[in-house]
Amino acid sequence: MPIKFPFSRRAAPSDAWTKCPSCDAQVFNRQLERSLRVCPSCGHHFRMSVGERIDLLLDANSFEERDAGLEAIDRLGFHDDRPYAHRLEGSRVKTGLRDAVVWGIGAIDGQRVAIGIFDFRFMGGSMGAVVGEKLARCFETALAERIPAIVISASGGARMQEGTLSLMQLAKTTAPLVRLDESGVPFIAVLTDPTTGGVLASFASLGDVVLAEPKALIGFAGARVASDTVGEELPEGFQTAEFLLDHGFVDVVVPRAELRGALSRLLRLLPVPSVADDDRDDLDRAWSPIGALSGLAERVGGAVSESIGIDVDREPSANGNGPTEAVPAATDHEQDRP
Amino acid sequence: MTERSLAVESAPPTPEAMEAAWRRVQLARHPQRPRTLDLVPLIFEGFFELHGDRAFGDDAAIVGGPAMLDRRPVMVIGHQKGTDTESNIARNFGSPHPEGFRKAQRLMRLADKLGLPVVTFLDTAGAFPGPAAEERGQAEAIASSIKLMTGLQVPIVVIVLGEGGSGGALAIGVGDTVLALENSVYSVISPEGCASILWRSREEARTAAAAMRMTAADQLDLGVVDAIIAEPGEGAHTDHAATARAVKVAILISLQHLSGRGTADLLMTRYARLRGMGAYVETGAGPSRPPEAPSLRRRIGRLLRLPGVPRRPRWSEIWPSNDGDDESERGA
Repeated sequence: MPIKFPFSRRAAPSDAWTKCPSCDAQVFNRQLERSLRVCPSCGHHFRMSVGERIDLLLDANSFEERDAGLEAIDRLGFHDDRPYAHRLEGSRVKTGLRDAVVWGIGAIDGQRVAIGIFDFRFMGGSMGAVVGEKLARCFETALAERIPAIVISASGGARMQEGTLSLMQLAKTTAPLVRLDESGVPFIAVLTDPTTGGVLASFASLGDVVLAEPKALIGFAGARVASDTVGEELPEGFQTAEFLLDHGFVDVVVPRAELRGALSRLLRLLPVPSVADDDRDDLDRAWSPIGALSGLAERVGGAVSESIGIDVDREPSANGNGPTEAVPAATDHEQDRP
Repeated sequence: MTERSLAVESAPPTPEAMEAAWRRVQLARHPQRPRTLDLVPLIFEGFFELHGDRAFGDDAAIVGGPAMLDRRPVMVIGHQKGTDTESNIARNFGSPHPEGFRKAQRLMRLADKLGLPVVTFLDTAGAFPGPAAEERGQAEAIASSIKLMTGLQVPIVVIVLGEGGSGGALAIGVGDTVLALENSVYSVISPEGCASILWRSREEARTAAAAMRMTAADQLDLGVVDAIIAEPGEGAHTDHAATARAVKVAILISLQHLSGRGTADLLMTRYARLRGMGAYVETGAGPSRPPEAPSLRRRIGRLLRLPGVPRRPRWSEIWPSNDGDDESERGA
């Protein structure tokens, strides 16, 4: 085991610079790290590792990884120029990860979340059985613990080396979202560079709120495929975060420095209703027009209640157990029935 | 599915395997192979085709509407390829735009409302990848279609008719029972697409077809389809009527199995089926932890507010970015 000397100077890395692919500026790696991997001269957002995302988004010491031991196996015996198992091993060595997603429980400004984070460096962030399983468990845990789910995506799509089993991960990751809808647990999707193919065609497009990082490549088919298919030039900014914003598929494009703050605000604005399913009627009632009016009626001492015909005695304040059948409760949740 | 024994020894496909896989791909794409609208009148009665997604337009690459199956109404939805150049252009070679999937969703909601079982036929090379499809949200249309099907409160029977091409197929392909015709294929990406990405040459499509194990028999082995429907003679293209009879029997048996189930049971079984897709192992490795800075240094550093002393363990130290060696690995 190498002995680390606390105050020893780090050896200068052989490549201390990174060239920005957008503006060609040479950026010090140390500087890039400090600026959250955003180019200081043009604002280009470099890709981030899982570790950097955790440091960026979650409260210190709050993240607990779950299901760390899941590992892919080669169900197809897939072999292109080398076996799938070798590719996996190569990515594991390169990234220190077991597969392309890490998930766990963390907190953002004290608000607990179930969060899944992609790392593009692991086989292009591609979604195979392990990625699908981890995300499904992430959603199911969010459901069981009634905490919001967040997924930070960076993926080329489904992992071809797992054949149709990887295609089925689209359905495996999407199915739990129906349950989140039914029991009122929000899901926030954050699309980062790149989010394409099968990942965009499943849970990533289905966030209750969809955020994206500036200029991130987001699209269904590869841009080259798209231009080959129609044999024409693609529109300016095709398949960028801003393109999706313009066409109504992304809510907000958030610069990286503001991402944590945006998530924190959203979590506060979209709270998980803290009641069991059976009590949903009461919850609805608190915000139904009559429920609000009955509170008002109490405060003005019955004057209003006479004029609009509410029996104050039969209609206690919002926290009481009034006769639910008398209340035309908001039906939003029932309409969500899939 | 947590057994390491599920792993298969990997080897490049043999020429025989490539030939066999490619023969199936060609049969699945055979110009005389029965399409959805060839089989529907032979299986159902009184098919009433409905059009339009109520938002943008009507997509001829997906057809659908209510029909009678043995005097009981069902909702039929399927991809529709053309039979010649002209009809193929009209049908966009069976590759739907977002409005096609949204039409399918609309029909599924109607089936849900009235309690009609849904029967879908998959026959597409894939969702259309053009700029117009992207502008109208191809990925969102597929995603919400999959989501709708996972929660639909009526039985769904899916038949892989010809080509089951990726997300465009799965968008109407989530079911309680998934059946495949003997010479159909199902894949995460077209063999040509896979070849051009992993082998960097479309010429290697045969190799990719074998490597992806996309034949109906392979899909049965992987658990993606539940049963195979035998085709007459040399293949379905030789006898549409016999094919239709076989498909009809398979649908009737499947619906009979499903119709006795309560809604909750149906949805739970469908969920479990999807949750079980894919093979992995639980190695029992514990959660990762970022390295703690040396505690003495930490304490002194904090006390004296020394610059450069990490205030907390950083996850980026165990999972850092390493630039410059991005392999151009892609997914589908």
